[in-house]
Amino acid sequence: MFAIFLTSGLFLGWSLGANDAANVFGTAVGTRMISFRKAAIFCGIFVIFGAVISGAGAAQTLGELGAVNAIAGAFVVALAAAVTVYWLTVLGYPVSTTQAIVGAIIGWDLFSGALIDYGALEKIVLSWFISPVLAALFSALLYKVIAYGIKYARIHMFSLDALTRSGLLIAGIAGSYALGANNISNVVGIFVPISPLADISFLGWFKLSAAQQLFLLGGVSIAVGTFTYGKRVMLTVGEGIAEMSPVAAFVAVLANAVVLFLFASQDLQAFLLGHGLPAFPLVPVSSSQAIVGSVIGIALIKGGRGIRWRMLGEISMAWMATPIVAVLISFVSLFIVQNVFQQKTYFPVEYQITAEAEQRIREAGIPTNTLADIREKTYPTAAQFQKAVSQRMVLSAREVNAVMAATEIDRIMVTNDAVKRANASSLTSEQKRAFRTQWRKTFEHRWQLEKALAEASPEWRAKPGDKEQNKEVMRDLDYIYRMVHASE
Amino acid sequence: MGESILKKRAGIEKQVDEFMDRVSEAGLLCRNGMESYLKGNMEAFAQAMTSIRETEHKGDALRRSIEQDLFTKTLIPESRGDVMELLEDMDALLDRFTGLIWQFEIERPDICPEFHDDFKELLHYSVESVEADVRSCRAFFKDIHAVNDHIHKVSFWESESDKVSTRLQRAIFRRQDLHLSHKMHLRFFAKQVDRIADEAEDVADRLNIYVIKRML
Repeated sequence: MFAIFLTSGLFLGWSLGANDAANVFGTAVGTRMISFRKAAIFCGIFVIFGAVISGAGAAQTLGELGAVNAIAGAFVVALAAAVTVYWLTVLGYPVSTTQAIVGAIIGWDLFSGALIDYGALEKIVLSWFISPVLAALFSALLYKVIAYGIKYARIHMFSLDALTRSGLLIAGIAGSYALGANNISNVVGIFVPISPLADISFLGWFKLSAAQQLFLLGGVSIAVGTFTYGKRVMLTVGEGIAEMSPVAAFVAVLANAVVLFLFASQDLQAFLLGHGLPAFPLVPVSSSQAIVGSVIGIALIKGGRGIRWRMLGEISMAWMATPIVAVLISFVSLFIVQNVFQQKTYFPVEYQITAEAEQRIREAGIPTNTLADIREKTYPTAAQFQKAVSQRMVLSAREVNAVMAATEIDRIMVTNDAVKRANASSLTSEQKRAFRTQWRKTFEHRWQLEKALAEASPEWRAKPGDKEQNKEVMRDLDYIYRMVHASE
Repeated sequence: MGESILKKRAGIEKQVDEFMDRVSEAGLLCRNGMESYLKGNMEAFAQAMTSIRETEHKGDALRRSIEQDLFTKTLIPESRGDVMELLEDMDALLDRFTGLIWQFEIERPDICPEFHDDFKELLHYSVESVEADVRSCRAFFKDIHAVNDHIHKVSFWESESDKVSTRLQRAIFRRQDLHLSHKMHLRFFAKQVDRIADEAEDVADRLNIYVIKRML
């Protein structure tokens, strides 16, 4: 069964490879500076490296699909996103795979009665505008600077050709590595906690953990996607939007990387803030959308005559279609899988203001007296419960989250199997020890398990001010939670 | 990897430079050859002919090697076609100089002494226009913004060449003591020399377009 579920993740990886490789090698292939074959080989190799080496640093990350609470549901959601990206890839449009996934998850939210993450929707819409505009500004600026530099450095045509080619290859390799590292969790992350794979040791030289094996599989699927179907979108990016010179091709990928680094890197923000420096605001940027902006930015600075506006219009439509189509496919497929194939695509999540939950809500500084009449009443879905709460009191988005998290009913038991699985994972030994102390305990709410773990060990506690550490703890908690569920 | 790519490029840059040297050299050898012919120094003329033939062979070999590199190593994809045409054009100019000397050798035209200076001047302008082409081409590869500094000189030399050519042909046909066949033979040679400057100007015009395309 695991193998069947995994296929949709691998299909999603394949679609991602076929579409997103264009973000890193599209302009190089479009300007014929690097042959498609060579680009696909380099992209494939470094996507796999990125997935296995850097992706493994976040082995516990479930990716976007972590929001889906049943594996059959995750299978359908991944499939819906993959089909959407595949369809737009066949048409040759560069689209964001993450946005397709978020769209498919919203389809699942609608189907299962979970709350829709409007924040994620807002981010997608913002990204359509912010990504291309920021990238266009940076590419136009960088192009001016580099063109000025070339003019005054008097570089020979063939040397410039060699430098540009090397630059495109290096940028492509770095971009491919990042593509693998950043996207692998979306492709196979959800399958890590339920994976039946065991660690493999190669003659004692090096060990490939179960998660890394999955990441390798995912990486290979991305690489295969690039090789078998990546050319079309690459040519759209490289020559379909505007005619480009090789130097412009290089500037476009450089601007794309700079924008992603400055405006989407939490590490950079943490570093700058940590050193008392002003940080760039983190904004939603998508690489697929930024690269299109980069190409346009250069074309505009050159007078804008070469821009194919019709193609640009089609691409914008494709961006908008991505989440919408994903929502529809996801919703319809979930309906079919649930009712025709009798698979559980979601675990119904009930909400109830239990005594412990009420206590926790009060601890968060939210008064509960107006909720007295719905105390101990069970609501079958998040949407219904939230409606009931909002009829009784006005809450901010943050407060709504706190109430929902406190009241979510999730009867879980830490089984023998879960402890065994945790022992085999890449959690720290202290974390594993603390988890073992929870053996055979049952919890009514998820936060109770988290609280129990936090009380058992400081390594399960969030530290105020340490964003990185807290993110890590959140990821590990997600992983534990999912694993406990899978072992029940 | 980067270093080896740069080395390879240094190789092709050198080849292009050498090819341009050959074109330039052919012009000078042609001038020497014609002057020797006009002086009646047939030994020096024969030597110039041997040298120019060698130069042509070297030029052909270099052009072929550069073109092969351009395609097998898929260099400068955005300007490959233009560079190819440019090399072919420059090679055609080199061949014109060789052809002219061979024409002298085969047809041995009887050039009256009073036309010697005009023939020399005419060839001087043709050689200069090709020289300006060579400088423009070098700039096209090394410093594209400097191409315009050289390219306009081609037109200047070409128009000078036209003036001398017209004057020379008029003088030839004004002579009463020459047979029409003799006059036509001399006119043919005057036109052959003048044609080199005309073609140099055509090359400059095309180069101008290649520059605009690269600047876009």
